[in-house]
Amino acid sequence: MTTLTLSNVTKTFGDMRALDAVGFTVAAGERVALIGHNGAGKSTLMKILLGLIQATAGDIEVCGAAPGSDAARQHVAYLPENAAFHSALTGLETLRMYLRLRGESPDQAMSLLDRVGLADAAKRRIGTYSKGMRQRVGLAQALIGHPRLLVLDEPTSGLDPVSRRDFYTMLDDLAAEGAAILLSSHALTEVEARTDRIVILSRGKLVADDTLVGLRRRAALPIRLQIRARPGEADAVAAELAGGRQNGVTVDLTCTPEDKLLRLGQIAGLGALVEDVDVVPPSLEDIYSHFSRVSADGDRQ
Amino acid sequence: MTRILATASAEARIVLRNRWVAIAIAMMAVFSLVLSATGSAPTGALGADPLSVTIASLTSLAVYLVPLIALLMSFDAIAGEVERGTLPLVLTYPIRRSEILLGKFTAHLAALALAVAVGYGLAAGAAFLSDAGSAAGLPALLRLFWTSVLLGAAFLAIGYALSALARRPGAAAGLVIGLWLVMIVLYDLSLLAAIVADDGGWFTTDIFPWLLIANPADAFRLYNLAASEATAAAAGLGGAAATIAPLHALASLLLWPLVALTLAILAFRKVTP
Ligand SMILES: Nc1ncnc2c1ncn2[C@@H]1O[C@H](COP(=O)(O)OP(=O)(O)OP(=O)(O)O)[C@@H](O)[C@H]1O
Ligand SMILES: [Mg+2]
Repeated sequence: MTTLTLSNVTKTFGDMRALDAVGFTVAAGERVALIGHNGAGKSTLMKILLGLIQATAGDIEVCGAAPGSDAARQHVAYLPENAAFHSALTGLETLRMYLRLRGESPDQAMSLLDRVGLADAAKRRIGTYSKGMRQRVGLAQALIGHPRLLVLDEPTSGLDPVSRRDFYTMLDDLAAEGAAILLSSHALTEVEARTDRIVILSRGKLVADDTLVGLRRRAALPIRLQIRARPGEADAVAAELAGGRQNGVTVDLTCTPEDKLLRLGQIAGLGALVEDVDVVPPSLEDIYSHFSRVSADGDRQ
Repeated sequence: MTRILATASAEARIVLRNRWVAIAIAMMAVFSLVLSATGSAPTGALGADPLSVTIASLTSLAVYLVPLIALLMSFDAIAGEVERGTLPLVLTYPIRRSEILLGKFTAHLAALALAVAVGYGLAAGAAFLSDAGSAAGLPALLRLFWTSVLLGAAFLAIGYALSALARRPGAAAGLVIGLWLVMIVLYDLSLLAAIVADDGGWFTTDIFPWLLIANPADAFRLYNLAASEATAAAAGLGGAAATIAPLHALASLLLWPLVALTLAILAFRKVTP
């Protein structure tokens, strides 16, 4: 069941094309990451599907309704890029207000703040909060009710490493309950590990929309094999494997995905010369650079 | 309704903490007390009770002060949210823009009413201290109170409309001060100049009265002074103003908040977060 469907979404600011015919879907229970360089159009896309700004063209369906309609807003939670709150109010008062706006009991405010680790600061004014604490207030309000779609713009920016992990655990729970999640991020390593699908935007164009495995396959980037030779045998190993850089202990090889097993066989054949071998698949960062570069080349032609 | 109240209660805390309530009360209290101290001198000569004299001075005071306080409270309402970046999130909640505005309006109007009540209450207290016979002026004081609240409501709504049009707090502040000068000071001055130039002609008899009640501040003054004619003469409004039925002035006072709120909502709808 798809919760969010975008097709051919285009947005122009003057003669600048911030989004160019972008289309993808997010299903219930799916966690989709939106990545792309600064100014790629991630935040613009999110604002459009929330109904905050109007798309120039294209069709969008949010929980079966038009973006920004009463029906859609009932089911969608949003965490803005730089979540801002009134500095004169306390975290608790802010959450109570948002709960009442969603028609929920304001008594849940404390437990929500507790979930994001703000229970101790709940009665202090938001003006005294650190950046990460404000971000957590933003997260807490996005958890109100049972949203069917969460739109989170750089949700982990400003969070410490432990909170990031807790945050993704929370996302797993929400997704398990059937919420669709669309989040943007520049932290590719976390996205790689904790989301189901990745959408890459480059200068307003969608250049990839696939699982990490699928992206790897399509990019067909070389795989790195790191071979640790027995002491003093590095030169021999490098010679046997014909090529590869070596630094005295380890020998680095790259090969195409199809050649991987063949190469591993050769390495195993070296027997006692080799102590260990690591297979390093291309990281999301490599894949991301690949797709961004492909699209940039395409634009230039 | 709960959404309006949720916004109103949050907004009420904000005005309390911004010390806006304190500032408004202090302004109203200080000016009211100064007026009742200076106004008690000519009581004997006019033969009116001290409270009625005080009410006449309070009316002139309110014409300047109530719009000013209302505009200062409201200019930041939308422009400030845009500037702080708090608007996008609220707008993704199931709340209408009109409800956001009505919530703010409720809180601001309550704060303003409180300030006016304190100011007038102090002035009335002072009048009673000097002459227990002041009770005769109580209905007039009550009328002054609720018309002041209406006047404040009109200018709060005008402030929201300007705030939505300006989109930046600095620009909004400039706009409301300019508007205050035009509507409260220059408007009357230019009407006076026109009357002098017209010398009792068609403008003075046919146009001037309508121009006068078209301005909520003048409508407020007219409505309150019409009740006590002795002080109306003293206020120097002239004979032409006396031809206006108080009901027309009241209608203007009632219509202004509604019209201005509608305009503010329309302007707010045009704001992209
Ligand atoms: N209101 C606007 N008026 C004009 N241009 C805009 C407006 N909003 C966004 N843009 C432009 O649209 C493009 C996309 O911006 P957007 O904020 O969506 O980028 P982003 O992918 O979220 O970047 P970041 O990673 O830095 O957050 C940028 O070039 C930006 O300058
Ligand atoms: Mg962004």
